Amino acid sequence: MSADMPAAPSAGPQRLVILDQSIKVLYQSILVLSLYFLFAGHNLPGGGFVGGLTAGAAVSLRYVSGGAAAVRTTFRVPSHVILGLGLGVAAGTAFLPIALGGAVLEHGEYETNLPVFGDVKFVSALAFDVGVYLVVVGLVLMAFAAFGDDLGQLAQSDEPGDGAGADQPDAGRDDRSSPA
Amino acid sequence: MSGALATLAMALPTADDVVAPGSGSFDVLIPLPVIVPLVAAALSIVAAGHRPTQRVIGLGALLTVVVGNIVLLARVDDAPDGIAASQGGGWKAPLGISLVVDRFAAIMLVVSSLMLISVLVYAIGQQAEERRFAAFHPVYLVLAAGVSASFVTGDLFNLFVAFEMMLVASYVLLTLGGRAGQVRSGMSYVVISLIASTFFITALALIYSATGTVNMAELSERIPELPSGVRTGFSLLLIVVFGIKAGLFPLFFWLPDSYPTAPNAVTAIFAGLLTKVGVYAIIRTQLLLFPDDARQGTLLLIIAGLTMVTGVLGALANDDLQRILSFHIISHIGYMIFGLALFTLAGIAGAIFYVVHHIIVKTALFLVAGLIERKAGSDRLSRIGGMVRSAPMIAVLFAFPALSIAGLPPFSGFVAKFALVDAGVLVEQWPIVAVSLVVSLLTMYVMGRIWSNVFWGTCEDEAVAERLAPGRTSVPLLMTGATVAVVVASLAMMVFAGPMYDLAERAAADLLVPQIYVRHVLGASS
Amino acid sequence: MSVLLAFAAAALFGTGTFLLLQRRLSRIIIGIGLIGHGSNILLLTSGSGRGLPPIIGSADPTDFADPLPQALALTSIVITFGVTAFLFALGYRSWKITHDDVVEDDVEDRYIARRVDQLVDEGEAAARLNELAEDPE
Repeated sequence: MSADMPAAPSAGPQRLVILDQSIKVLYQSILVLSLYFLFAGHNLPGGGFVGGLTAGAAVSLRYVSGGAAAVRTTFRVPSHVILGLGLGVAAGTAFLPIALGGAVLEHGEYETNLPVFGDVKFVSALAFDVGVYLVVVGLVLMAFAAFGDDLGQLAQSDEPGDGAGADQPDAGRDDRSSPA
Repeated sequence: MSGALATLAMALPTADDVVAPGSGSFDVLIPLPVIVPLVAAALSIVAAGHRPTQRVIGLGALLTVVVGNIVLLARVDDAPDGIAASQGGGWKAPLGISLVVDRFAAIMLVVSSLMLISVLVYAIGQQAEERRFAAFHPVYLVLAAGVSASFVTGDLFNLFVAFEMMLVASYVLLTLGGRAGQVRSGMSYVVISLIASTFFITALALIYSATGTVNMAELSERIPELPSGVRTGFSLLLIVVFGIKAGLFPLFFWLPDSYPTAPNAVTAIFAGLLTKVGVYAIIRTQLLLFPDDARQGTLLLIIAGLTMVTGVLGALANDDLQRILSFHIISHIGYMIFGLALFTLAGIAGAIFYVVHHIIVKTALFLVAGLIERKAGSDRLSRIGGMVRSAPMIAVLFAFPALSIAGLPPFSGFVAKFALVDAGVLVEQWPIVAVSLVVSLLTMYVMGRIWSNVFWGTCEDEAVAERLAPGRTSVPLLMTGATVAVVVASLAMMVFAGPMYDLAERAAADLLVPQIYVRHVLGASS
Repeated sequence: MSVLLAFAAAALFGTGTFLLLQRRLSRIIIGIGLIGHGSNILLLTSGSGRGLPPIIGSADPTDFADPLPQALALTSIVITFGVTAFLFALGYRSWKITHDDVVEDDVEDRYIARRVDQLVDEGEAAARLNELAEDPE
């Protein structure tokens, strides 16, 4: 496993083709799975936090193959904007019911029949979950952006530091996925 | 355990459980101080690249909160029983997220929001960390939301969440800049706080398994049914948890080390608010949750005395202005606990008055310390001198809160200390009264020492003397303005000491009758 | 089941406390993580024990597990995780500054040591100044 960066192909060890290609396939599938978790969360295991963590796992796969630079180009929107939007949506869901004359955090339901999906029940708590999802994704992106680069420098600057340093993001990721 | 199952059975949605929406303006006013800063924090993150926008968002949000809180205090004071509750999520207590504001909480909300906005103005004027880091505004707003949430929550677990919100924000603010000293002291601060949080979770787990609830109103009904040993254990555990945050006697050691390393404005808000949130939690839980025999009156009195003495001695031993003032916080936490530990109306009223007085005056002192440091380029007493001539404005700004905290009449500190001593004399607790008077004298000595070193005499350090020379360094107008505002607030507390004390007494009277709180939160069902 | 969890919590608290008392920062952080896990397990055991997933409509409500401790535990896990991540970042920063992982001496000790150094420095500086003042003449 290597943490090389596409920006400096000559300096790092060679990229692993099989890893790269399989990550390309996995990346999208995991993102779709994370969206499934997000929407299934009301009545089944899942929810915004779990979905966000799954998406974070997908992002970390990109980090494994392309380093911090690949993570930075994952989304066009800057990561702090994702984080801010998420917090805004989540706090807004708490606030909106007050404006409509209810209690804070109160939620409502809306059932409808969509052409493809059949009977669908929308719960306004879903908006809160979406907010949480965005916060988690934004946070994971920011963490990789903040700490991902130094690892590459470490690998280049001193050999023995490579192994010790490379353990760190993995440990962090395991920690994150445990509540899921 | 059966209680838990009963709660669960009730959790099924039946029409009866859902509170009728729109039960008055309190449903808006109570969540306001928590939600508005959070929404503003979100906007502030999105606007990370543009500082002027962030400033407008931050100031606008805190101004809204100040206005909302003042209205809330007026409404709560007018309300029958002086208490208002709002059930989050539209579920009846104990299922919903109970938000409760009584007079005590409302007073704390008003004072804390006033300090938060003044310090934000000061920080903007300072052009230091606020300008350099995009994270300052969002994190500061989260801190504001966490402080407010600790005051309004009616649920022990949400108190934990509110504490964490406030603490996580404080970790970031404390280490903003990542200098070596900050990282070092931030590390011990975070570790200590985390251990306190772990104790808190442990206490919550034990309390839940014993009573089947974490709603404070329901706990207030169920804890008296527990065996007395268990009750005492819970009481002690919570004192330890909140004592660490408040800086009580054996648990204060982290405070004087971590606070001074933070940026000036941040230290001021930490000193003014964070420890007092711990004191608030001690007062709230001791009075609401525990019946007479589980309240730790004697223990708290001893702790209060030791806290006072240690704090003031630490302040005497130091040379560094920020550290003197930090040790001094500890000493004054002792006074508040002294008032509580009497468990009488006069004592608790005195404690509430003291908390309010101390928040304002301590914030003012730290802001002035920041001005001194800005002007002189150092905060060491041994290096500064003669500022009464070179910076008369700062001298005046220092004099008022210093005299007040030393307890000289007619300042609010005198009223606060007099109330406490009077309460102590009333129940004939002579030792603590004696200790508090001696510590009061020592406080006056500490303040006098700062005064004579910083403002009188001559400046022997050449670098400092050069900075103090006329026209050499100027203090930004916003910094001075914010400090003046806080000093004026402390003077207003002196002028309106009568009405303020009456309000504190009404708040204390409510606190001594937990049944009122329980009835309002749980509604007619109990 | 509950006994097993109680033992697990006890073991986590024990090892966590041991690690917390070490000099190395990484161990302290791991120790805090373990204590956090221990308290979360304690939180879980505070419920009514085993039961079916508490999803309305899936079974008889009396067979449900108590959902509240689970919700509380999840919340506290998220908080502990976030703060641990922050601690790691702080530790990383400290390693970058000092290139060391050892927690330094007690705060007050350091302060006193610093003051002594300072007094010595100031003394030396004063001596230097005196020398300089005398030199030109």
